[in-house]
Amino acid sequence: MSKYPAALGGKSQPPALVRVVRDAGLSAIVAFGLFASMIGLRLFPTGNGMKLHYRWLMLAAVVVAVFAGRVIMLTWRANRPAGTPQPRRIAEAINHAGKYVGAVFLIAAATLPLYGGRYFIDTGILVMTYVMLGWGLTIVVGLAGLLDLGYVAFYAVGAYSYALLSTTYHLGFWTTLPIAGLLAAVWGILLGFPVLRLRGDYLAIVTLAFGEIIRVVLINWTSFTGGPNGITDIPRPTLFGLKFNGSGDPDTFAAFFGIDYSLTQRVVFLYYVIFGLALLTNWVSLRLRRLPLGRAWEALREDEIACRALGINVTVTKLTAFAIGAMFGGFAGAFFATRQAFVSPESFNFGESALVLAIVVLGGLGSQLGVALAAVVMIGGSELFRDFAEYRMLVFGVGLVVMMVLRPRGLVSGRTPSIALGARKEIAAELVAQGRG
Amino acid sequence: MTALLKLTGVTAYYGAIQALKGVDLEVNKGEIVTLIGSNGAGKSTLMMTICGNPRARDGHIHYDSQEITRLPTFEIMRRGLAQSPEGRRIFPRMTVHENLLMGAFGRPPHEAVQTMEQVFTLFPRLKERMAQRGGTLSGGEQQMLAIGRALMSRPRLLLLDEPSLGLAPLVVKLIFGAIRELNRTTGLTVLLVEQNAFQALRLAHRGYVLVNGAITMAGPGAELLARPEIRAAYLEGAH
Ligand SMILES: Nc1ncnc2c1ncn2[C@@H]1O[C@H](COP(=O)(O)OP(=O)(O)OP(=O)(O)O)[C@@H](O)[C@H]1O
Ligand SMILES: [Mg+2]
Repeated sequence: MSKYPAALGGKSQPPALVRVVRDAGLSAIVAFGLFASMIGLRLFPTGNGMKLHYRWLMLAAVVVAVFAGRVIMLTWRANRPAGTPQPRRIAEAINHAGKYVGAVFLIAAATLPLYGGRYFIDTGILVMTYVMLGWGLTIVVGLAGLLDLGYVAFYAVGAYSYALLSTTYHLGFWTTLPIAGLLAAVWGILLGFPVLRLRGDYLAIVTLAFGEIIRVVLINWTSFTGGPNGITDIPRPTLFGLKFNGSGDPDTFAAFFGIDYSLTQRVVFLYYVIFGLALLTNWVSLRLRRLPLGRAWEALREDEIACRALGINVTVTKLTAFAIGAMFGGFAGAFFATRQAFVSPESFNFGESALVLAIVVLGGLGSQLGVALAAVVMIGGSELFRDFAEYRMLVFGVGLVVMMVLRPRGLVSGRTPSIALGARKEIAAELVAQGRG
Repeated sequence: MTALLKLTGVTAYYGAIQALKGVDLEVNKGEIVTLIGSNGAGKSTLMMTICGNPRARDGHIHYDSQEITRLPTFEIMRRGLAQSPEGRRIFPRMTVHENLLMGAFGRPPHEAVQTMEQVFTLFPRLKERMAQRGGTLSGGEQQMLAIGRALMSRPRLLLLDEPSLGLAPLVVKLIFGAIRELNRTTGLTVLLVEQNAFQALRLAHRGYVLVNGAITMAGPGAELLARPEIRAAYLEGAH
């Protein structure tokens, strides 16, 4: 083996050290180019204008860090033992542990208000909202394979449905929730009709435009939606008619149970509302997957022509995917409105759609657990970095890139069959998921 | 004998390209009919046109004495036709079991269990591989799956587009044997498109030759096999 080193390394390859240094140097130069203005320069507002500061030391530190990081990465890669590459092993571990991770997650989520403080629960509400949105979008993107970049439109429809119905007609949250879902579903079908013939890139563009149209309408139809100012004083949800406030009225939660009012009660209640809604979304998607309709969605993603040949009504199948996905977006939207007590078009920009889609893709396109994990990582993670607000997007971006390099098919890849045939003969499932299809 | 499927003067277009130029064809109940022709003759188009995708522009298609020319694909398929399309088109990420269930779409669930057993008697290999992903099956197994999936809807007319494509002679024999068996025991009517003209004509009761979107010859399988022009065009070099 040592007789023919050139055959392994290639004849003209320079020695390993030179190669590593050259490679790392190149990375450092790229880092310098990227960060020279972002980190090296900083503008400070002063009394009469702006002042430019140079932060060369910080820039140097970052560049050196990139250099060192690249060296470490290359050495690690060169010395890694042969065999299964690391990511694959992690993947297998995650897939095997899936059941337990899911159970632990569920318990942790259900008991969160017991051990978490107010801020923690608030973050939990936020994360749970995105888990729900992620699960809703999974129906459209993950199961039916229809790339929807305008999912936020349905979130907006739900939010404004509740906001308008509750402020003008004084309908309660629980009455309006189904209406909001229904209206969102109708909009899902309305979007579905024109895009039925489109696929892939074209579908994505049209859905993107649809999302923007809804937002622009919300901004400009001032008489109906309040325009950019949005809608304020949206009522909070009640628990079987019991309100959450400190007025001491007999129909408040605190008075009814004869306890002191605290704001935490409402937060905990809101947490369990969204937790329940998210579980509902999950349960419905899991049920649907086992029904012919859900299986038809998945088949549609795989091969539309085969579906036609099998007598599946492709039009109806696609529309139901849009409608049901949109309905859950609408539920989440209604919750968003009642939680914030305020909605404005600003909350429904393309960034939201992209975030939810990123959660779905990161989660592994169609994996329920993956979506939940991704939402925790992305939303919880970015909450964690709130103190470093200026670097938040940077960390976020780097995280996404690293993820996609390590796990190109998302956190939990590999499709679980909709019908289990016992544990027997699960042959090469991971191979299909990783390699083909 | 009554015609289960009857095409009269059917034309079909892809945009401005005319792929079928007035096809007349009949498949009687209980028959195996084969359609042979060179690459690009329009065989697959004919199969797809029967299913309404692309739809016939002129002419009429009757199935079971009812006109189906203008019906949407899913309506046609619910009347007792099933197609195993060209290139198999199984669902690669779904298991064999799920693939088969897709074939029974829109049928009562208890029936699916029973039909699946029948498919498994025909292709025992599929039963062994029930939990395997369709995409990881071998070519022959995928073909069995495609046929099995088509059978799951309990069709009266089975449309098979090149089931022997890319398969070893032994597997082709197995699949053709299965078709014959089905036809004999259940009276299933089959319209079979084949490149493998020799085997197809031996299997079929009758055959049609499609050239450039039009039928040029028709007759009993054995008779077509004996014709010199068929031998020259489709059997030269083979056997
Ligand atoms: N989707 C399509 N769009 C445009 N032209 C098409 C399309 N499908 C088929 N054609 C054309 O129609 C003609 C008939 O094609 P078809 O697939 O029916 O041939 P075939 O007889 O099945 O050939 P083969 O034996 O190679 O499968 C060909 O000239 C082909 O190029
Ligand atoms: Mg063909």
